[in-house]
Amino acid sequence: MTGMHVVVVGASVAGVRTVQALRMQGFEGTITLIGEEPHHPYDKPPLSKENLSPDAAEATTPLLSAEDLVALDVDLRLGVRATGLDPVSQVVRTDDGEITYDRLVIATGVQPRTLPGSDLDGIFTLRTADDAAELRRRLAARPRVAVVGAGFIGAELASAAHAQGCEVTIVEAQKIPMAHILGAEVGTRLAELHGRHGVGLHLGARFHHFVGDTHVEGVALVSGEALPADLVVVGIGAEPATAWLQDSGLPIENGVECGSDLQVVGHPGIYAAGDVARWPHALYGAPLRIEHWTNASEHGALVASDITGAPAPRAQAPYVWSDQYGVRIQIAGLPSHGNLVHLAGSGPEDLVAVYADDQGVVVGAVVVDDTRAFMKLRKAVTRGTPVTDLDLGGAFAS
Amino acid sequence: MERIFACQVDDLEPGSTMTAQGSISVAVYRTEDGDWFASDDSCTHEQFSLGSESDLEDDEVVCPLHMARFDLKTGKPLCFPATVALRMHEVVIEGTEVYVVVDTESSEASSDETSGVAAGA
Repeated sequence: MTGMHVVVVGASVAGVRTVQALRMQGFEGTITLIGEEPHHPYDKPPLSKENLSPDAAEATTPLLSAEDLVALDVDLRLGVRATGLDPVSQVVRTDDGEITYDRLVIATGVQPRTLPGSDLDGIFTLRTADDAAELRRRLAARPRVAVVGAGFIGAELASAAHAQGCEVTIVEAQKIPMAHILGAEVGTRLAELHGRHGVGLHLGARFHHFVGDTHVEGVALVSGEALPADLVVVGIGAEPATAWLQDSGLPIENGVECGSDLQVVGHPGIYAAGDVARWPHALYGAPLRIEHWTNASEHGALVASDITGAPAPRAQAPYVWSDQYGVRIQIAGLPSHGNLVHLAGSGPEDLVAVYADDQGVVVGAVVVDDTRAFMKLRKAVTRGTPVTDLDLGGAFAS
Repeated sequence: MERIFACQVDDLEPGSTMTAQGSISVAVYRTEDGDWFASDDSCTHEQFSLGSESDLEDDEVVCPLHMARFDLKTGKPLCFPATVALRMHEVVIEGTEVYVVVDTESSEASSDETSGVAAGA
C-alpha cells in the first residue's frame, strides 16, 4: 500500500476525517486533499452557533490543529476546485490541473438551496466560513433580520441574531416547522421556542420575491404581505454538490449512489463520504443520505477501513443536535420512520419524544436538555428495543 | 499514588457511572456485566464530564456531547471526534468500598502513547 495514492476531494468534515483515519490505521501511501475554500479545514456545526457570536475568539473552529495537519503528511491543495472526473483514466480535473489517483474519495458535501433574486446585497445562505464571517460582521450592526426556513439552520441563526439584539422574523412554508421530520406535535412544541424569545414566526408563509433594488429591503409573501428586513438568511435545505461529476458516468441521484462499504456503485476504488453519499446504512438497509456531522466522521472511518483493510467501524444510530436559545435539542435515529408514541414535558424546554415503528420498536427520539434520558433512548434506538420495555412513566416522564 | 474513595459497591447500579473527586476528578464506570472501570473524568475531545452524563454500551463509554466512544479496557478512542485515549485508572474494591487509584506521578496524559490508534474498531 506504500505506493498507493489516495485523492480526497473536499476538505470537509468527511474528507479530513477520512485522511485522519487512513493515517491512524497505518496507511503509508500518498494522500492528496483538495479543498475549494482557502481556509484551514474547519468544523461546520459552530458556523450557525458560536462562530456568529461577537465574543467568539476565532471566526472558525479548526477541525484539527496545524500540528496535527502537518503530522498527517498530506498534500493539501486549498483554494483548488474539482471540475470533473474521468474514472477510466483515474483522473480528477481541477481548476489547477489534473490529478491522477489510485483511490478516490468524494467528500464535496452539499450546497444550500437558494431563492430567485438572491443577488441583492444582504441575502445570505449559511454553509461556509466566509458566510459565517460576513454574517457575524453584519449582525453586529443589529439589522432587522428575516430568516426564510425554520429548520435547524434557520432556527439557530434566528437564535443567534436574537441574542445579539436583532429584531428577527422567521418565514416558514410549512404550517408546522420540521413536521415532515419530527411530526406535528413535536414540531409545534419546538417552534414555541421562537415565540417565547420574541422572534416572529410566519407559518404557512410562501415566499414570493425579495423587495429592494440593490440592497434587500424585505421579503414579499404570496399572501401579499411584505416583511421588512435589512438582512435575509435563507435556510431551506441543501443539495448534494455533484455538479462537477455530471459527465463522469457515476450513478448520481440525490447524492452519489454507494454500496454498504461506501464504494460508488459500479466503480470500485471510488468512494463517497458524508453529506454527498447515499448508501444503505447498516441499521436500515434502504439507501439513505444523511447530512449529520457524526455521519460524516463515521463515513471517514468506514472509507479508510475499506482502503486499508482494517475492521469496519460498527454502524451507529443517526445523531444530530441543535443549540437554540440556550437549550440543546438532541435527536437519535430516524423519527420519520415511526410514529410518536410518547411525549413528555409541557413546553419546548423539557421535551422528551419517543417514536416507534408499526411493530412497536423504538426508531427515534427527540430530547431537549436531558442528556441522561437522551442516551437511554439512543441506546433503545440502537438496540431496537420494544417501546413496551421502556420505563416511560419513570425516567422519561419529566 | 492517590486513593480516591468513590462509593459503596451497592451505590452504583450496573450500567451506570459517577464522578469522584480527589486531587483530580475521575469517572467511575460499572458496566452492565458488573465490571468496574475508572478514567479521567473529561472526554478527551472537549471538556465534558463522562462520570456525570455519559452512557455505557457493554465495555464502551459514549460521550453524549458528540458521541465519541472509548474502550474502557484500554481507554482507546473508538470513533471520531475523539483521537486521544482516555487515561484509565485502577479500581480497587475493599469490602464494600470502591476506590480509584490515581498515579499522581503522571497526571499529564501521555499523548505520544495515546494517539495513533485505529478509529475503526
